[in-house]
Amino acid sequence: MQTIQQQWFGNIRGDILSGIVVALALIPEAIAFSIIAGVDPMVGLYASFSIAVIIAFVGGRPGMISAATGAMALVMVNLVADHGLNYLLAATILTGVIQIFLGVFKIAKLMRFIPNSVMIGFVNALAILIFMAQVPHILGEGIITYAFVAVTLIIVYTVPRFIKVIPAPLIAIIILTAITFIFSFELKTIGDLGTITQSLPSFFLPEVPFTLETLQIILPYSLALAIVGLLESLLTSQIVDDMTDTKSDKNREARGQGIANFITGFFGGMAGCAMIGQSMINVKSGGRGRLSTLVAGVFLIFLIIVLGDLVVDIPMPVLVGIMIMVCIGTFDWSSFKYVATAPRADALVMIVTVAIVVYTDNLAIGVVIGVILSALFFVASISRVKITEHDGIYIIEGPLFFASTQHFVQTIEQATANHITIDLSSSHLWDESSVGAIVKVVSKLEEQGKTVTVKGMNPASELLYQKLLGITTSH
Amino acid sequence: MYHHILLAAEGSENSLRAANEAIKLAKCSSNSIIEVVMVTDFDKSMQDILHAQSSDSLLLERKRKISNVEQLLKREQVNYKITLLKGSPGPEIVRYANEQKVDLLVIGSRGLNVLQEMVLGSVSHKVIKRVNCPALIVK
Repeated sequence: MQTIQQQWFGNIRGDILSGIVVALALIPEAIAFSIIAGVDPMVGLYASFSIAVIIAFVGGRPGMISAATGAMALVMVNLVADHGLNYLLAATILTGVIQIFLGVFKIAKLMRFIPNSVMIGFVNALAILIFMAQVPHILGEGIITYAFVAVTLIIVYTVPRFIKVIPAPLIAIIILTAITFIFSFELKTIGDLGTITQSLPSFFLPEVPFTLETLQIILPYSLALAIVGLLESLLTSQIVDDMTDTKSDKNREARGQGIANFITGFFGGMAGCAMIGQSMINVKSGGRGRLSTLVAGVFLIFLIIVLGDLVVDIPMPVLVGIMIMVCIGTFDWSSFKYVATAPRADALVMIVTVAIVVYTDNLAIGVVIGVILSALFFVASISRVKITEHDGIYIIEGPLFFASTQHFVQTIEQATANHITIDLSSSHLWDESSVGAIVKVVSKLEEQGKTVTVKGMNPASELLYQKLLGITTSH
Repeated sequence: MYHHILLAAEGSENSLRAANEAIKLAKCSSNSIIEVVMVTDFDKSMQDILHAQSSDSLLLERKRKISNVEQLLKREQVNYKITLLKGSPGPEIVRYANEQKVDLLVIGSRGLNVLQEMVLGSVSHKVIKRVNCPALIVK
């Protein structure tokens, strides 16, 4: 891993330029995610500023961008609708506390238990939910709205071919906001959905009663936010690791996400996490170090303070078009091939994860059920033991443990030869059940007057076998 | 003659033919080395990470893409090494070739994605325009 100095000042020029690019690309997303969550645009903008700046110092993956995200916004929708902003801020603070704990207890190790199928399901479900959140802003809004969405999409997909320095969404915003003014189109704007305050965020305590009841309200949301935030952050850090061919400290990142959310809650910002799309933009624009994340956050709030007046005039359909682009970029399009070619169980887990998320509107529930389901499938698949018999010699292929011993016992018990050999050289004894099963079948067959030889146990299995039978070997 | 030969490959038929020509040139001198370079596009990272079981399996998978070239180099018993890079293929090959001051760059005329080349132009064309060393395009 690089030194602190390299992480901060190893790539000054590249980091400053890419940070500016990211700030420009972040503004529309931060506003759109605020609208998804049902809060004022400032809540997402303050969160993006605060999280980016804090994570620049305490994160574990230099060059990664964290801010207000769609995944987190989707989790908090009901909390905001039922209880309002102050409860969201309290939940954000609690999310931070949970994430700090998880980081201290080395959550990153646990991430390895989340299989690809669940991660693919997660990003697909995320894309679908963000898309579904845009539909109400389009349907029935009239022909001009449809046209604006379409033109936005055309701009964001064609302009990058020719202009690479300025993010295409920003170009779409500038052109289409100008057109709205020139032709004085009657379109819904950001100003219709909230206000923009041209000031820095300030410290305040969320106005919630400090009671057990409050905790009961926010805890389920905070847990879900903590899980979703860490999941997307650790996935993003893997992607940034791969893009830059460098390593990162995943547990430090988890703690950093916690610290960032904890502080952000006190400054009127919503919980956030790392962003896949923005981090990729950052790396592609030349950002590698912590400075890029810091510049992104600082430049974002600078732009809002200077240009806040203009931001309220951005037409909603343009923002919707940008969100559709985010969906298309988030969705894993190779999933269709994956469903056709991956093992049945994996494909099923992926589809179930997506289905549960879309049905419950909760990313965390989908992920948890997906992980449980895939764990069950995994146990089921490795508990399949193949037993072949030839002249009284039984060859056992596959591990023996609590889930696989039943088939083993049933097959061997039915042996008819007078001398039976159990060949374990392609197997492994894992637990008490496996040792118990061997002892059980051997004694049962011997009761029938047969002779039994057990051979080919590997050293580790032998050791377990002897230990559980109470045999002590003299050294 | 050419000591350090850079061979850009991505697993296509064309890059295999390019490898053949690189081998011929490498055999002209006794101490030459062919460096096979494969660039993985930044945009592939997300999909690759999502579908790979671990970073180790991902590395294996990527190396497998150019295993046809590697087998050929092994069979022909030339000195070689494999370098995997990340970025936008064209500019990244140019950057690497110029930075390493290689003696010769060998590249296939077109890659795997014919459709993309029709829209964006070929990687080899862009590379040849901007690389500082002599270059060989193999049809």
